[in-house]
Amino acid sequence: MSDEVQAEIREELAAAEAVRPETFEFAIRIRGLRNQFGDAVIHDNLDLDVRSGEILGVVGGSGTGKSVLLRSIVGLQIPAEGEIEVYGKTLDTIADEEESRDLRRRWGVMFQGGALFSTLSVAENIQVPLREYYPRLDQKLLDEIAAYKVAMVGLPPDAGPKYPAELSGGMVKRAGLARALALDPALLFLDEPTAGLDPIGAAKFDELIRGLADTMGLTVFLITHDLDTLYATCDRVAVLAEKRVIAVGTIPELLATEHPWIQEYFNGPRGRAASSCNQTQDRKS
Amino acid sequence: MVARADFEYDDGADGAAVRFTGRLTLARLGDVPARLDELGPIATIDLSAIERIDTVGAWIVTRTVNEHGAKVIGASPEAHRLLEALREDKSEYAVHRDRRSPIERMLEQVGTATLAIWHELLGIVGFFGAMIIALGIQIRARRRLRWNAVVTRFQAVGVDALPIIGLMSFLIGIVIAQQGAVQLEQFGLEVFTINLVGRASLRELGLLMTAIMVAGRSGSAFAAQIGTMKLTEEVDAMRTIGVSPMEAIVLPRVAASTITMPLLGFYASICAIIGGGVFCWVGLEIPPLTYVQRLREIIPMHDFYIMLIKAPVFGILIGVTGCYEGMQVRQNAEEVGRRTTSAVVAAIFLVIVLDAFFAVFFSSLGWN
Repeated sequence: MSDEVQAEIREELAAAEAVRPETFEFAIRIRGLRNQFGDAVIHDNLDLDVRSGEILGVVGGSGTGKSVLLRSIVGLQIPAEGEIEVYGKTLDTIADEEESRDLRRRWGVMFQGGALFSTLSVAENIQVPLREYYPRLDQKLLDEIAAYKVAMVGLPPDAGPKYPAELSGGMVKRAGLARALALDPALLFLDEPTAGLDPIGAAKFDELIRGLADTMGLTVFLITHDLDTLYATCDRVAVLAEKRVIAVGTIPELLATEHPWIQEYFNGPRGRAASSCNQTQDRKS
Repeated sequence: MVARADFEYDDGADGAAVRFTGRLTLARLGDVPARLDELGPIATIDLSAIERIDTVGAWIVTRTVNEHGAKVIGASPEAHRLLEALREDKSEYAVHRDRRSPIERMLEQVGTATLAIWHELLGIVGFFGAMIIALGIQIRARRRLRWNAVVTRFQAVGVDALPIIGLMSFLIGIVIAQQGAVQLEQFGLEVFTINLVGRASLRELGLLMTAIMVAGRSGSAFAAQIGTMKLTEEVDAMRTIGVSPMEAIVLPRVAASTITMPLLGFYASICAIIGGGVFCWVGLEIPPLTYVQRLREIIPMHDFYIMLIKAPVFGILIGVTGCYEGMQVRQNAEEVGRRTTSAVVAAIFLVIVLDAFFAVFFSSLGWN
């Protein structure tokens, strides 16, 4: 191997030192966040901490800005005010392109509709982030990585060469997850992972997320409407209402609060059904 | 600085041992896979000295294990969990489609494209038939044509197109007159420029340019609108309610383009003639009165009839092609774009082919 290539590798490694996820107690810290579109204020003075290694579920009624919150954390939406730290770094104060790339490779985002690149096959979609950040990986290893990622998210063996248009809704979500996991990120963002799936598919997806998070030691920021997902996967739940996070905690902790929206959410007919179903499962296991 | 992935190779008595050190992760992999590939048989893999491992590191270990039948020692619980997750055989997981030789693929592409054109043509003819049947049903059931929808389309296809078609035809009239005059002047026959402009505009160019413009403006709009309605399942919703999409979407559009075309074509011809007249007046010093008188002498009435016969046919063709392509949209948004493009291309192509047939046909009728 030539000296030049070795020097390049050394530089790459030095850059990779900038962010070390495992040394942080909180993966994400948000303070005083304010988001608004014109006159419509979505978030005002919002605070939220996501602990390293936990699965945090974010719930809230329609239009409370769950997706906007996710978009602000990953830098797709510039907040009007406030500070968002991901692994100790604030995206909007990072001037250095290298440094922001460094942060970006610590996270994976799965969008609600999968957002797979429609002109690329599933395997190529998974390889996009790998090629972007590690251009020197050889094709054989890239293919092997794509193959085991396809297997890991529970897609069938013939899914790799298929194009997004040929996949069912559930498969698109799994492929989106595989792409989000391509770089072995420490932090995973999921936007409505079970929306549009049938109950069996949704339950399997919940299991998959829980399993992957345990195996890979992921921190997961999960937006959902699905009460079953909350019970099955989340360590803690953050409730978004009144333009801020009104409560964060485990589900029993949230049930103990007096807030009417939380009571209605968890104790409504659907909430009770999900809860009782979960308790039966617990007793069985 | 955290150690990058590396390994020590030890050629011991009971087979070679590889002892990984540092961080066995994607970011710090460096040239480890390449160097591993160069090694001979490996009996044991020692993971006790690694700092961290991720799925890519675990995959490198799994790959080596599978290749050499090596056994893994000293794995931390974390590493063990990852290795377990990757242990199953992944060789059946495909990444690429089958690769074939370029010649084979080229032949296949030519064949597929030829068949596609044939099917497209059959599809358009079939669609036209279905539309006629729908029209028949509508008439027999004594349901009125949806005039509101027709009038809306009429506005979009006809009225809104007046400025652009007028300007285009006016300019084309000038160009024909100017180019014709340059050639005819050499024989001292520049007065025949009037013949050229008058007959070419009314008989061919006015209508042809209008058809191309309408195909580009409205044929594409039909395809895109209907395609989007297909994607959002509006068309399916219509069917379940019991409204025939042919009746509600297709017929009004085709009717509008069929009625509009003769009007637009005539308007375009007049604009072209005016453009030619302006050039004759300014460039050749033929006064407008003489120009108009001469036009009346040289343009036979059948030129006008030819235009009137061709125009609705072109209108039907553009409408049917646009609606047909829109109705073919399935699956994804990308298809809407593709179908819109082929609606325009197919409509213009078919219009020009038909125009050639018409030209030969009317000439043999003696309408010269």
